[in-house]
Parts: sequence; C-alpha cells; structure tokens
Amino acid sequence: MSIAAKANALWEYANPRKFLETSERVLPFFWIVSTICIVVGLIWGFFFTPDDYKQGSTVKIIYLHVPAALMAINCWLMMLATSLVWLVRRHHVSALAARAAAPIGIVMTLIALLTGAIWGQPMWGTWWAWDPRLTSFLILFLFYLGYVALWEAIEDPDTAADLTSVLCLVGSVFAILSRYAVNFWNQGLHQGASVMRAGAVTGADTEEKVSNVFFYPLLACIIGFVLLFIALVLYRTGTEIRARRIKALQARERVGG
Amino acid sequence: MIPDLGKYADAVLSSYAVSIALIVALVAFSVMRGRKVRAEMEKVEQRMSRNG
Repeated sequence: MSIAAKANALWEYANPRKFLETSERVLPFFWIVSTICIVVGLIWGFFFTPDDYKQGSTVKIIYLHVPAALMAINCWLMMLATSLVWLVRRHHVSALAARAAAPIGIVMTLIALLTGAIWGQPMWGTWWAWDPRLTSFLILFLFYLGYVALWEAIEDPDTAADLTSVLCLVGSVFAILSRYAVNFWNQGLHQGASVMRAGAVTGADTEEKVSNVFFYPLLACIIGFVLLFIALVLYRTGTEIRARRIKALQARERVGG
Repeated sequence: MIPDLGKYADAVLSSYAVSIALIVALVAFSVMRGRKVRAEMEKVEQRMSRNG
C-alpha cells in the first residue's frame, strides 16, 4: 500500500461506527498492558530502588511526577492535532476526541502540580515558586479548565468545537512553554530536563542525568501512563460519540412526534 | 514491608496517595459515565425502533 493510500485509510476512523468497532477491539490490550506497566513501574520504583544521595527518598516521587507532567503536555498537543483536524476537515470524531482528552489532561496536570509542590517543599523549602516552568504549568492547568468550561457553556456542538479548537491553538503556546521554559529562562528553581534528553539517556553528554537505577522503573511508568492515556481517550471518545448520537436521536424523535 | 523513607516519608506517601486516588477516580468516573451513556443510547434506539 502506498503512503497516500495509507493516509487515506486513516480517515476511515473519522467514521464513528468504524471508530467504535476498532476501539472496542483494541481497548482490552491498552487497559491490561497499561495497568501492568504502571503497577510494575511503581512497585519497582517504590520498593526496589535506593534513595538518591542528594534528595533522599523523595526521589521516589519521580515515578509519578515525570509521567504525569509528560502526559499533561502531550495531552494538550494531542488535543491540538485533533482540533486542527476538526478545523480543516470537519470530522466530528476528532473534535470529540479532543473533548474526551481534556479531563485526562486536567488530572495529569493536577498530579504534576501537586506532586511537584509536595516534592518542592522539602527540597526547595517552599511549596510553590513563580518559577518559569511551574508558572507555565499552572497556566496550562487554567487553560484546561477554560477549555472544558467552554465545551459545557455552548449548546451547539459545532460552534463549541470551533471555539474550543481556537482556544486549544492559543493554549498550545503554554503547553510548549511548559516543556521548554527551563531552556528559555534559567533563573527558576526547577531543574532542566534530565530524562527526556537524548544525551541524558545515552550518556553522550556530561550534564546531570537520571541514573539507570531510577531510569528503568521510570520508563515502565512512562509507558504505562502513555498507554493509559490512549485507553482513556479511546474509551471516553466512544462515550462522547454515543452521547452525541443520543442527542441526534432525541431531536429526530421530537421532530417525528 | 514499606521501605524506610526516613524524614521524607510524609512527602513520598502523600504523593503516592494523591496521585493514585486521582487516577482511580478518573478511570472510575470515565467507566461509570460510559456505561450510563451506553445504556441510555440502547434505550433510545429500542424506543425508536418500536415506534418505527
């Protein structure tokens, strides 16, 4: 199959029925493997890794903080991609996928903020600082809340999808800033990337990096969080598709009756 | 059973408790709403097929 044919085949999933059939088939895999990865990663990290020489046992918070922060940013980027698909091609499933993903992003951002504050208190001596990364994360959290509120506030689903897609484009600035803020401004408390940096993983650079003792269970948790995110997005998008169908059927009933 | 977390035990345990509770709540809420919406859709479809 040529690349163009493969790309065209992808649009088949814009059909709600095809999307529901496929997601129901693959969902058990994502639920099971994500649960296994998260449970194994957390047990491995919590019980079988040593304390860090600088941070003591607080290093164990990394197994929740980093995957949650990673998913908080990538969830918004996924919403950006699906919002663009909606704006350009008007596929309802893509708009509903963005809507379904937003509450997951809220929870991931909240976990990153809370575990960051709990970790920051003993390490930095404060729960919160107006540091570039922390502040951009807080703004991202507020954008998530605004995005969900906007969906709820507008009755016409197509208008809601249009306006939330535009909000998503604007909020993407903060999603990207959350990731790269420490590279732009180095006066903050938050350290630079020490995990998702090619040189840190391969050992090619000499900057501070996460030791392999901590890295492998962290990797298991990251894979688990990514798979859990996919499972939740597929499941919740299916729910949104059905909720939309209920509204369409009820409208048809009212017209007919 | 629980490793010695020293003076940071509160910070580590509360991080795990808060995070796991939020994840479980998200999954539970998603599944509960999913089941409710699916049941409602089946009800509406049945009613419509009965009424022609």
